[in-house]
Amino acid sequence: MIVESRTVTFDSIALDSGATLAPVEVAYESYGKLNPARSNAILVLHAFSGDAHAAGISPETGQPGWWDNMIGPGKAFDTNQYFVICSNVLGGCRGTTGPSSPDPATGRPYAMTFPVITISDMVRLQKMLIDHLEIPRLLAVTGGSMGGMQALEWAVAYPDRVVAAIPIATTTRHSAQQIAFNEVGRQAIMADPDWNGGDYYGKRPPARGLAVARMVGHITYMSDDSMREKFGRRLRDKETFSFGFDVDFEVESYLRYRGSQFVGRFDANSYLYITKAMDYFDLTNGHGSLAQALAATGARFLAISFTSDWLYPSYQSQEVVRALRSRNCDVAYVELESNYGHDAFLVDVTGQTDLVRGFLASTLERVG
Amino acid sequence: MTTTARTPLKPAFVRDLLGRGDYAIIGEIVPDGAKVLDLGCGEAELLEWLAVHKGVDARGVEISGEKVKRAIARGVSVFQGDINEGLADYPDGAFDYVILSQTLQETLHPRQVLHEMARVGRHVIVAFPNFGHWRVRLSMLTSGRAPRTSLFPYAWYESPNIHFLTVLDFEELADLETLEVERRYFLSGHRKVTWMPNLAAELAVFLLRAPRA
Repeated sequence: MIVESRTVTFDSIALDSGATLAPVEVAYESYGKLNPARSNAILVLHAFSGDAHAAGISPETGQPGWWDNMIGPGKAFDTNQYFVICSNVLGGCRGTTGPSSPDPATGRPYAMTFPVITISDMVRLQKMLIDHLEIPRLLAVTGGSMGGMQALEWAVAYPDRVVAAIPIATTTRHSAQQIAFNEVGRQAIMADPDWNGGDYYGKRPPARGLAVARMVGHITYMSDDSMREKFGRRLRDKETFSFGFDVDFEVESYLRYRGSQFVGRFDANSYLYITKAMDYFDLTNGHGSLAQALAATGARFLAISFTSDWLYPSYQSQEVVRALRSRNCDVAYVELESNYGHDAFLVDVTGQTDLVRGFLASTLERVG
Repeated sequence: MTTTARTPLKPAFVRDLLGRGDYAIIGEIVPDGAKVLDLGCGEAELLEWLAVHKGVDARGVEISGEKVKRAIARGVSVFQGDINEGLADYPDGAFDYVILSQTLQETLHPRQVLHEMARVGRHVIVAFPNFGHWRVRLSMLTSGRAPRTSLFPYAWYESPNIHFLTVLDFEELADLETLEVERRYFLSGHRKVTWMPNLAAELAVFLLRAPRA
């Protein structure tokens, strides 16, 4: 499968905070072919730490995309049939303008002078990209976790541009628990002296703080079951306790590894900005109620949640489903059995594949 | 049997639809392009058939996640949930037809379900196995045990049926709910029953509607 990787620059974007960002770049990849009617485009929206590289093998890094098990020839998002697009979010650090990008006014990275962004700002930029690609209507918008928030925001903000939405393991607004975990991550970064008020570019980055933030994140993405299965109380390369504070347990080793690996590919300030955007997200903003927010959408919905996902529990998906039913919208919903916790949407894709394939095929039939 | 020109002779037999007589009747009742909700729709075979052959706007509710998965994979919009909670969210008159096929006897609060169906749908279709059928009566009378017949094959401790009802019982409930019975269909095997349905029918299909103000 050919991976098309591109960057587009727009003059400016107006943000929810009142600030304007000028210029703004957006990095995206695409897979498959846009049909002559331009009606087979699917926008895939990445989760918190994802990027535009959703599928195929990156010619740059040799790595498969974060949803490579879902996107490709013959897969759920079949690139023989659909034109799949994925862009890096606004505020990110993987090609789209974010706090690590140079501020044209100073020539130095924005750092903490970068304006605070929201999920709807991210979606506004994606809409500019879709306009630029001259796609009148997206056959589907889809994503898990923060990607699901963007999919919902698309359906609410641009109801006539979306035929179907597939929000997975997501919510219409962050709960106190979700905000709390994000705040722990932010505090870990800001407590690292190397963070230096966000001004660390060209110097030593806040690697320890960012690694701790990621460690907490990883715990929330797994489940008690999946951790017991994967690690149990197994010791790492030893038979007995070290009676010290080096790595004893397998799970400690895993978290440290994941933490340190993350530092190499993610910007600490992006972590702050994007988690804040998630915490601010509330689909009812400016609409009174969820049902009113969804009033204008004519999209079909397929909502999916997972039994062991305690970070984005099923009740949050069910809230959207109920609001859609109260508007008599076309909505399908299922809670899939999985032990993988929140990570299920990335790794446990067998059930997801059947659902998405059937849903997309019937959506395409309706569009004609 | 006499017929007039205005009521043409109905065939005495129904064909199977997807292996079921009640589906064949429901398939006859539902008109083209209707908006239909099937409660306890299983894998949505009936809804898929109605969507393909009658172009209906099909929705379903089903409690089993496995069945919902297969229904959505078929392309039918089904959501996983309990019948009661599912109905509660819909606005009044959201559907042309709300279908409950051989599930009423499995619901915890059948009266509430019927009431909600009539609120959400302009027409209501209820199909149920008739506990008043002579074979059921005979089974109980001769064995002195909870009846087991081809229609009620389960041992009492394994049966999903928690409420047993006869044709007469259902007529009474419809009356209590002030629902107007538009049509009644009675089946014994594939044969349509016209005489003493409460004794002779294995299966009853009622088409009802709430009297609108």
